Amino acid sequence: MKIKKFERVTGVLLDEESELSLSELCRACGVPAERIIALVEEGVIEPRQRESQWHFSGICVRRVRRAYTLERDLGVNLAGAALAIELLEEIERLQAHLARLEQRRKK
Amino acid sequence: MEYKDYYKILSLERNADQAEIKRAYRKLARKYHPDVSSEKDAEERFKEVNEAYEVLKDPEKRAAYDQLGGGFQSGQDFQPPPNWDQGFEFHGGGYTEADSEAFSDFFESLFGRGGFSQNYGGRQRRQYSAQGENTYARIAIDLEDSYRGGARQITLKHSVLGPDGRPQMQERTLNVKIPKGITEGQQIRLAGQGEPGIGGGKPGDLYLEISFNPHSLYRTEAKTVYLELPLAPWEIALGAKVQVPTPDGPVKLTIPANSDNGKRLRLKGRGIPAKQPGDMYVVLQTVTPPANTDAQRDAYRQLSEAFEFNARKSMGG
Repeated sequence: MKIKKFERVTGVLLDEESELSLSELCRACGVPAERIIALVEEGVIEPRQRESQWHFSGICVRRVRRAYTLERDLGVNLAGAALAIELLEEIERLQAHLARLEQRRKK
Repeated sequence: MEYKDYYKILSLERNADQAEIKRAYRKLARKYHPDVSSEKDAEERFKEVNEAYEVLKDPEKRAAYDQLGGGFQSGQDFQPPPNWDQGFEFHGGGYTEADSEAFSDFFESLFGRGGFSQNYGGRQRRQYSAQGENTYARIAIDLEDSYRGGARQITLKHSVLGPDGRPQMQERTLNVKIPKGITEGQQIRLAGQGEPGIGGGKPGDLYLEISFNPHSLYRTEAKTVYLELPLAPWEIALGAKVQVPTPDGPVKLTIPANSDNGKRLRLKGRGIPAKQPGDMYVVLQTVTPPANTDAQRDAYRQLSEAFEFNARKSMGG
Protein backbone atom coordinates (compact mmCIF):
# COMPACT_ATOMS: atom_id res chain seq x y z
CA MET A 1 0.00 0.00 0.00
CA LYS A 2 1.22 3.41 -0.92
CA ILE A 3 1.32 6.02 1.76
CA LYS A 4 0.28 9.36 0.42
CA LYS A 5 2.05 12.42 1.64
CA PHE A 6 -0.22 15.37 2.08
CA GLU A 7 0.73 18.96 1.83
CA ARG A 8 1.68 20.26 5.24
CA VAL A 9 0.28 23.70 5.86
CA THR A 10 0.66 26.15 8.68
CA GLY A 11 -1.90 28.85 9.23
CA VAL A 12 -2.43 31.95 11.27
CA LEU A 13 -4.52 31.66 14.41
CA LEU A 14 -7.42 34.10 14.64
CA ASP A 15 -8.27 34.31 18.32
CA GLU A 16 -9.53 36.89 20.79
CA GLU A 17 -6.12 38.56 20.93
CA SER A 18 -5.31 38.81 17.23
CA GLU A 19 -6.19 42.15 15.71
CA LEU A 20 -7.61 42.88 12.29
CA SER A 21 -8.08 46.29 10.71
CA LEU A 22 -11.36 47.08 8.97
CA SER A 23 -9.96 46.21 5.56
CA GLU A 24 -8.35 43.02 6.85
CA LEU A 25 -11.67 41.94 8.33
CA CYS A 26 -13.45 42.74 5.03
CA ARG A 27 -10.96 40.61 3.12
CA ALA A 28 -11.14 37.80 5.65
CA CYS A 29 -14.93 37.66 5.50
CA GLY A 30 -15.34 38.46 1.81
CA VAL A 31 -17.79 41.30 2.51
CA PRO A 32 -17.69 45.05 1.78
CA ALA A 33 -16.86 47.57 4.52
CA GLU A 34 -20.46 48.87 4.61
CA ARG A 35 -21.58 45.51 5.96
CA ILE A 36 -18.96 45.50 8.69
CA ILE A 37 -19.99 49.03 9.68
CA ALA A 38 -23.64 47.97 9.76
CA LEU A 39 -22.72 45.01 12.00
CA VAL A 40 -20.84 47.32 14.37
CA GLU A 41 -23.85 49.66 14.50
CA GLU A 42 -26.10 46.70 15.24
CA GLY A 43 -23.78 45.64 18.05
CA VAL A 44 -23.00 42.24 16.52
CA ILE A 45 -19.27 42.93 16.64
CA GLU A 46 -17.45 45.41 18.82
CA PRO A 47 -14.18 46.91 17.61
CA ARG A 48 -11.59 48.36 19.93
CA GLN A 49 -10.88 51.93 19.04
CA ARG A 50 -7.35 53.29 19.04
CA GLU A 51 -6.17 56.51 17.41
CA SER A 52 -9.50 56.78 15.57
CA GLN A 53 -8.85 53.37 14.01
CA TRP A 54 -10.98 50.31 14.48
CA HIS A 55 -9.33 47.07 15.54
CA PHE A 56 -11.32 43.85 15.43
CA SER A 57 -10.55 40.68 17.34
CA GLY A 58 -9.95 37.54 15.31
CA ILE A 59 -13.13 35.88 16.49
CA CYS A 60 -15.21 38.58 14.73
CA VAL A 61 -14.68 36.62 11.51
CA ARG A 62 -17.03 33.93 12.74
CA ARG A 63 -19.82 36.36 13.63
CA VAL A 64 -19.53 38.35 10.42
CA ARG A 65 -19.66 35.16 8.35
CA ARG A 66 -22.61 33.86 10.31
CA ALA A 67 -24.54 37.10 9.85
CA TYR A 68 -23.70 37.03 6.15
CA THR A 69 -24.83 33.44 5.52
CA LEU A 70 -27.98 33.85 7.63
CA GLU A 71 -29.00 36.94 5.67
CA ARG A 72 -28.12 35.40 2.34
CA ASP A 73 -29.70 32.01 2.91
CA LEU A 74 -32.68 32.68 5.13
CA GLY A 75 -33.87 36.06 3.93
CA VAL A 76 -33.62 37.63 7.39
CA ASN A 77 -32.50 41.22 7.80
CA LEU A 78 -29.52 42.37 9.79
CA ALA A 79 -31.46 42.77 13.05
CA GLY A 80 -32.89 39.27 12.59
CA ALA A 81 -29.46 37.82 11.92
CA ALA A 82 -28.10 39.60 15.01
CA LEU A 83 -30.88 38.12 17.13
CA ALA A 84 -30.31 34.66 15.65
CA ILE A 85 -26.56 34.85 16.37
CA GLU A 86 -27.17 35.78 19.99
CA LEU A 87 -29.71 33.00 20.43
CA LEU A 88 -27.44 30.47 18.71
CA GLU A 89 -24.55 31.37 20.98
CA GLU A 90 -26.85 31.09 23.99
CA ILE A 91 -27.91 27.63 22.78
CA GLU A 92 -24.25 26.64 22.42
CA ARG A 93 -23.60 27.71 26.01
CA LEU A 94 -26.67 25.85 27.25
CA GLN A 95 -25.76 22.74 25.30
CA ALA A 96 -22.27 22.72 26.77
CA HIS A 97 -23.81 23.10 30.21
CA LEU A 98 -26.36 20.37 29.53
CA ALA A 99 -23.64 18.03 28.33
CA ARG A 100 -21.86 18.51 31.66
CA LEU A 101 -25.04 17.84 33.65
CA GLU A 102 -25.89 14.75 31.63
CA GLN A 103 -22.41 13.39 32.12
CA ARG A 104 -22.85 13.86 35.86
CA ARG A 105 -26.18 12.01 35.85
CA LYS A 106 -24.73 9.04 34.01
CA LYS A 107 -22.24 8.35 36.76
CA MET B 1 -26.93 10.59 -12.80
CA GLU B 2 -29.63 10.40 -10.16
CA TYR B 3 -33.09 11.82 -10.58
CA LYS B 4 -33.97 14.39 -7.92
CA ASP B 5 -37.54 14.67 -6.74
CA TYR B 6 -37.63 18.36 -5.89
CA TYR B 7 -41.19 18.16 -4.59
CA LYS B 8 -40.32 15.36 -2.22
CA ILE B 9 -37.25 17.24 -0.98
CA LEU B 10 -39.51 20.12 0.04
CA SER B 11 -42.23 17.70 1.25
CA LEU B 12 -44.71 19.13 -1.25
CA GLU B 13 -47.42 17.78 -3.54
CA ARG B 14 -46.76 18.32 -7.22
CA ASN B 15 -49.67 20.76 -7.41
CA ALA B 16 -48.38 23.02 -4.63
CA ASP B 17 -48.80 26.73 -5.33
CA GLN B 18 -45.93 29.22 -5.25
CA ALA B 19 -46.81 30.44 -1.76
CA GLU B 20 -46.68 26.89 -0.42
CA ILE B 21 -43.34 26.33 -2.10
CA LYS B 22 -41.88 29.43 -0.54
CA ARG B 23 -43.25 28.51 2.88
CA ALA B 24 -41.88 24.97 2.70
CA TYR B 25 -38.51 26.26 1.55
CA ARG B 26 -38.21 28.88 4.28
CA LYS B 27 -39.07 26.36 6.98
CA LEU B 28 -36.59 23.78 5.76
CA ALA B 29 -33.88 26.38 5.13
CA ARG B 30 -34.16 27.49 8.76
CA LYS B 31 -34.17 23.88 9.91
CA TYR B 32 -31.10 22.81 7.96
CA HIS B 33 -29.03 25.98 7.73
CA PRO B 34 -25.52 24.84 8.68
CA ASP B 35 -25.15 27.78 11.06
CA VAL B 36 -28.39 26.97 12.83
CA SER B 37 -28.91 23.25 12.65
CA SER B 38 -27.37 20.65 14.89
CA GLU B 39 -28.44 17.83 12.56
CA LYS B 40 -25.55 15.80 11.25
CA ASP B 41 -26.37 15.96 7.56
CA ALA B 42 -27.55 19.57 7.76
CA GLU B 43 -25.19 20.87 5.10
CA GLU B 44 -26.19 18.23 2.54
CA ARG B 45 -29.88 18.72 3.25
CA PHE B 46 -29.53 22.48 3.05
CA LYS B 47 -27.93 22.25 -0.40
CA GLU B 48 -30.67 19.91 -1.58
CA VAL B 49 -33.40 22.21 -0.30
CA ASN B 50 -31.80 25.20 -2.03
CA GLU B 51 -31.47 23.35 -5.28
CA ALA B 52 -35.12 22.25 -5.15
CA TYR B 53 -36.23 25.81 -4.44
CA GLU B 54 -34.06 27.21 -7.20
CA VAL B 55 -36.10 25.16 -9.66
CA LEU B 56 -39.57 25.26 -8.14
CA LYS B 57 -39.69 28.97 -7.32
CA ASP B 58 -39.10 29.88 -10.95
CA PRO B 59 -42.24 29.18 -13.01
CA GLU B 60 -40.18 28.58 -16.18
CA LYS B 61 -37.82 26.09 -14.60
CA ARG B 62 -40.65 24.47 -12.69
CA ALA B 63 -42.73 23.98 -15.84
CA ALA B 64 -39.75 22.45 -17.62
CA TYR B 65 -39.04 20.18 -14.67
CA ASP B 66 -42.71 19.17 -14.40
CA GLN B 67 -42.63 18.23 -18.04
CA LEU B 68 -40.21 15.42 -17.22
CA GLY B 69 -43.18 13.90 -15.45
CA GLY B 70 -43.61 12.41 -12.04
CA GLY B 71 -42.73 8.89 -13.11
CA PHE B 72 -39.23 8.93 -11.63
CA GLN B 73 -38.17 7.88 -8.18
CA SER B 74 -35.67 9.93 -6.23
CA GLY B 75 -32.22 8.49 -6.79
CA GLN B 76 -33.29 6.60 -9.92
CA ASP B 77 -30.78 6.63 -12.76
CA PHE B 78 -31.71 9.45 -15.08
CA GLN B 79 -30.74 10.93 -18.43
CA PRO B 80 -32.63 13.95 -19.71
CA PRO B 81 -34.62 13.06 -22.83
CA PRO B 82 -33.27 14.70 -26.01
CA ASN B 83 -34.63 18.19 -26.60
CA TRP B 84 -36.40 17.96 -23.31
CA ASP B 85 -36.25 21.68 -22.85
CA GLN B 86 -37.55 22.58 -26.28
CA GLY B 87 -39.87 25.50 -26.05
CA PHE B 88 -38.48 26.68 -22.76
CA GLU B 89 -36.27 29.61 -22.36
CA PHE B 90 -34.34 30.08 -19.16
CA HIS B 91 -33.56 33.61 -18.35
CA GLY B 92 -30.92 32.84 -15.87
CA GLY B 93 -31.59 35.94 -13.84
CA GLY B 94 -33.47 33.74 -11.44
CA TYR B 95 -30.43 32.42 -9.66
CA THR B 96 -30.51 33.19 -6.00
CA GLU B 97 -27.31 34.01 -4.24
CA ALA B 98 -27.37 30.42 -3.10
CA ASP B 99 -24.17 28.63 -3.88
CA SER B 100 -25.06 27.27 -7.28
CA GLU B 101 -21.74 25.49 -7.56
CA ALA B 102 -23.03 23.13 -4.95
CA PHE B 103 -25.98 22.04 -7.08
CA SER B 104 -26.16 18.46 -8.26
CA ASP B 105 -25.21 17.03 -11.64
CA PHE B 106 -28.92 16.49 -12.14
CA PHE B 107 -29.57 20.20 -11.81
CA GLU B 108 -26.66 21.06 -14.02
CA SER B 109 -27.75 18.72 -16.80
CA LEU B 110 -31.13 20.42 -16.90
CA PHE B 111 -30.38 24.04 -16.27
CA GLY B 112 -26.67 24.50 -16.71
CA ARG B 113 -24.63 26.21 -14.08
CA GLY B 114 -25.37 29.66 -12.76
CA GLY B 115 -22.63 32.11 -13.51
CA PHE B 116 -20.59 29.61 -15.49
CA SER B 117 -22.91 28.52 -18.28
CA GLN B 118 -22.47 29.93 -21.76
CA ASN B 119 -25.80 31.71 -21.45
CA TYR B 120 -24.34 34.14 -18.99
CA GLY B 121 -21.00 34.23 -20.67
CA GLY B 122 -20.67 37.73 -22.05
CA ARG B 123 -18.99 38.98 -18.95
CA GLN B 124 -16.87 35.90 -18.48
CA ARG B 125 -15.12 36.04 -21.81
CA ARG B 126 -13.46 39.34 -21.15
CA GLN B 127 -9.92 39.11 -19.90
CA TYR B 128 -9.62 40.03 -16.30
CA SER B 129 -7.92 38.80 -13.24
CA ALA B 130 -9.22 38.57 -9.74
CA GLN B 131 -8.19 37.09 -6.46
CA GLY B 132 -9.87 33.78 -5.76
CA GLU B 133 -12.66 33.63 -3.22
CA ASN B 134 -12.00 32.78 0.38
CA THR B 135 -13.45 29.48 1.47
CA TYR B 136 -14.75 28.57 4.91
CA ALA B 137 -14.96 25.20 6.55
CA ARG B 138 -15.52 23.77 9.98
CA ILE B 139 -13.31 21.06 11.37
CA ALA B 140 -13.57 19.02 14.54
CA ILE B 141 -10.38 18.24 16.43
CA ASP B 142 -9.73 16.57 19.77
CA LEU B 143 -9.19 18.62 22.89
CA GLU B 144 -5.79 16.96 23.21
CA ASP B 145 -4.80 18.43 19.82
CA SER B 146 -5.20 21.89 21.32
CA TYR B 147 -3.05 20.95 24.34
CA ARG B 148 -0.29 19.47 22.26
CA GLY B 149 -0.49 21.44 19.05
CA GLY B 150 0.84 19.43 16.14
CA ALA B 151 -0.52 18.39 12.79
CA ARG B 152 -3.94 17.06 11.95
CA GLN B 153 -5.09 15.64 8.65
CA ILE B 154 -8.29 17.09 7.30
CA THR B 155 -10.23 16.32 4.15
CA LEU B 156 -12.15 19.07 2.43
CA LYS B 157 -14.60 19.11 -0.42
CA HIS B 158 -13.64 21.84 -2.72
CA SER B 159 -14.55 22.95 -6.22
CA VAL B 160 -11.89 23.31 -8.89
CA LEU B 161 -12.07 24.16 -12.56
CA GLY B 162 -11.93 20.94 -14.55
CA PRO B 163 -10.21 20.51 -17.92
CA ASP B 164 -13.49 21.44 -19.64
CA GLY B 165 -13.52 24.75 -17.80
CA ARG B 166 -16.39 23.72 -15.56
CA PRO B 167 -16.13 23.54 -11.81
CA GLN B 168 -16.01 20.07 -10.33
CA MET B 169 -16.15 18.90 -6.76
CA GLN B 170 -12.90 17.45 -5.57
CA GLU B 171 -11.68 16.15 -2.28
CA ARG B 172 -8.33 17.20 -1.01
CA THR B 173 -6.49 16.41 2.13
CA LEU B 174 -4.32 18.85 3.99
CA ASN B 175 -2.03 18.26 6.90
CA VAL B 176 -2.86 21.28 9.00
CA LYS B 177 -0.75 22.48 11.88
CA ILE B 178 -3.03 23.04 14.87
CA PRO B 179 -1.84 26.01 16.93
CA LYS B 180 -1.40 25.09 20.58
CA GLY B 181 -4.11 26.54 22.80
CA ILE B 182 -6.78 26.94 20.12
CA THR B 183 -10.36 26.98 21.42
CA GLU B 184 -13.75 26.31 19.90
CA GLY B 185 -14.98 29.06 17.60
CA GLN B 186 -11.51 30.31 16.78
CA GLN B 187 -10.29 30.10 13.22
CA ILE B 188 -7.13 29.18 11.39
CA ARG B 189 -6.38 31.15 8.25
CA LEU B 190 -4.47 29.21 5.62
CA ALA B 191 -3.19 31.72 3.10
CA GLY B 192 -3.62 30.76 -0.54
CA GLN B 193 -5.65 27.60 0.18
CA GLY B 194 -9.01 29.04 -0.94
CA GLU B 195 -10.42 29.18 -4.46
CA PRO B 196 -7.89 29.59 -7.23
CA GLY B 197 -7.48 33.07 -8.63
CA ILE B 198 -8.85 33.99 -12.04
CA GLY B 199 -6.62 35.18 -14.88
CA GLY B 200 -3.43 35.02 -12.86
CA GLY B 201 -4.98 36.47 -9.70
CA LYS B 202 -3.87 35.23 -6.30
CA PRO B 203 -5.78 32.34 -4.75
CA GLY B 204 -8.11 33.10 -1.85
CA ASP B 205 -7.57 31.98 1.73
CA LEU B 206 -9.08 29.04 3.55
CA TYR B 207 -10.62 29.68 6.99
CA LEU B 208 -11.06 26.73 9.29
CA GLU B 209 -13.42 27.14 12.23
CA ILE B 210 -12.50 24.86 15.09
CA SER B 211 -14.80 22.72 17.17
CA PHE B 212 -13.91 19.90 19.55
CA ASN B 213 -15.05 16.32 19.27
CA PRO B 214 -17.09 15.27 22.30
CA HIS B 215 -14.72 13.92 24.95
CA SER B 216 -15.43 11.06 27.33
CA LEU B 217 -13.97 12.94 30.31
CA TYR B 218 -13.79 16.67 29.69
CA ARG B 219 -16.17 19.45 28.75
CA THR B 220 -15.00 22.86 27.67
CA GLU B 221 -16.32 26.39 27.70
CA ALA B 222 -13.97 28.73 25.87
CA LYS B 223 -10.59 28.19 27.60
CA THR B 224 -12.06 26.55 30.69
CA VAL B 225 -12.04 22.77 31.03
CA TYR B 226 -14.35 20.85 33.36
CA LEU B 227 -13.92 17.36 34.73
CA GLU B 228 -16.44 15.47 36.85
CA LEU B 229 -14.51 13.58 39.51
CA PRO B 230 -16.32 10.65 41.15
CA LEU B 231 -15.49 10.17 44.83
CA ALA B 232 -16.54 7.61 47.44
CA PRO B 233 -18.58 9.05 50.34
CA TRP B 234 -15.67 8.52 52.76
CA GLU B 235 -13.25 10.30 50.41
CA ILE B 236 -15.44 13.37 50.20
CA ALA B 237 -16.13 13.33 53.99
CA LEU B 238 -12.65 12.55 55.30
CA GLY B 239 -10.65 14.20 52.57
CA ALA B 240 -8.32 12.34 50.25
CA LYS B 241 -5.38 12.60 47.91
CA VAL B 242 -6.41 11.31 44.52
CA GLN B 243 -4.89 11.13 41.10
CA VAL B 244 -6.88 13.20 38.61
CA PRO B 245 -6.56 13.05 34.84
CA THR B 246 -6.02 16.28 32.93
CA PRO B 247 -5.55 16.60 29.18
CA ASP B 248 -1.93 17.38 30.05
CA GLY B 249 -1.41 14.24 32.10
CA PRO B 250 -2.44 13.16 35.60
CA VAL B 251 -2.00 15.39 38.66
CA LYS B 252 -2.29 14.71 42.40
CA LEU B 253 -5.21 16.55 43.95
CA THR B 254 -6.04 16.99 47.63
CA ILE B 255 -9.74 16.76 48.40
CA PRO B 256 -10.43 18.77 51.57
CA ALA B 257 -12.40 17.01 54.29
CA ASN B 258 -16.17 17.67 54.33
CA SER B 259 -16.29 18.90 50.76
CA ASP B 260 -19.77 19.38 49.39
CA ASN B 261 -21.01 17.26 46.56
CA GLY B 262 -20.69 19.43 43.43
CA LYS B 263 -17.88 21.55 44.87
CA ARG B 264 -15.47 22.83 42.22
CA LEU B 265 -11.73 22.73 42.77
CA ARG B 266 -9.72 24.99 40.50
CA LEU B 267 -6.52 23.84 38.83
CA LYS B 268 -5.11 27.21 37.87
CA GLY B 269 -3.72 27.43 34.35
CA ARG B 270 -4.49 23.79 33.52
CA GLY B 271 -7.28 24.67 31.10
CA ILE B 272 -6.58 25.20 27.43
CA PRO B 273 -2.98 26.46 27.06
CA ALA B 274 -3.77 29.69 25.20
CA LYS B 275 -1.46 32.71 25.53
CA GLN B 276 -3.37 33.37 28.74
CA PRO B 277 -3.97 29.76 29.77
CA GLY B 278 -7.47 28.84 30.93
CA ASP B 279 -8.26 27.16 34.24
CA MET B 280 -9.47 23.64 34.80
CA TYR B 281 -12.25 22.87 37.26
CA VAL B 282 -12.64 19.52 38.94
CA VAL B 283 -16.26 19.03 40.02
CA LEU B 284 -16.60 16.65 42.96
CA GLN B 285 -19.24 14.01 42.60
CA THR B 286 -20.15 11.50 45.30
CA VAL B 287 -20.81 7.98 44.13
CA THR B 288 -22.40 5.56 46.60
CA PRO B 289 -21.45 1.90 46.32
CA PRO B 290 -24.31 -0.62 46.43
CA ALA B 291 -24.50 -2.87 49.52
CA ASN B 292 -24.20 -6.44 48.26
CA THR B 293 -22.78 -8.42 51.17
CA ASP B 294 -23.76 -8.70 54.83
CA ALA B 295 -20.64 -6.82 55.86
CA GLN B 296 -21.49 -3.98 53.47
CA ARG B 297 -25.09 -3.80 54.68
CA ASP B 298 -23.79 -3.69 58.26
CA ALA B 299 -21.48 -0.85 57.36
CA TYR B 300 -24.41 1.19 55.99
CA ARG B 301 -26.45 0.39 59.12
CA GLN B 302 -23.62 1.67 61.29
CA LEU B 303 -23.55 4.82 59.20
CA SER B 304 -27.24 5.42 59.74
CA GLU B 305 -26.79 4.96 63.49
CA ALA B 306 -23.78 7.26 63.65
CA PHE B 307 -25.62 10.10 61.87
CA GLU B 308 -28.80 11.82 62.74
CA PHE B 309 -29.17 12.66 59.10
CA ASN B 310 -32.37 13.49 57.26
CA ALA B 311 -31.65 13.56 53.52
CA ARG B 312 -35.07 15.16 52.88
CA LYS B 313 -34.82 17.96 55.40
CA SER B 314 -35.23 20.59 52.70
CA MET B 315 -38.56 19.00 51.74
CA GLY B 316 -39.82 19.46 55.26
CA GLY B 317 -39.85 15.66 55.72
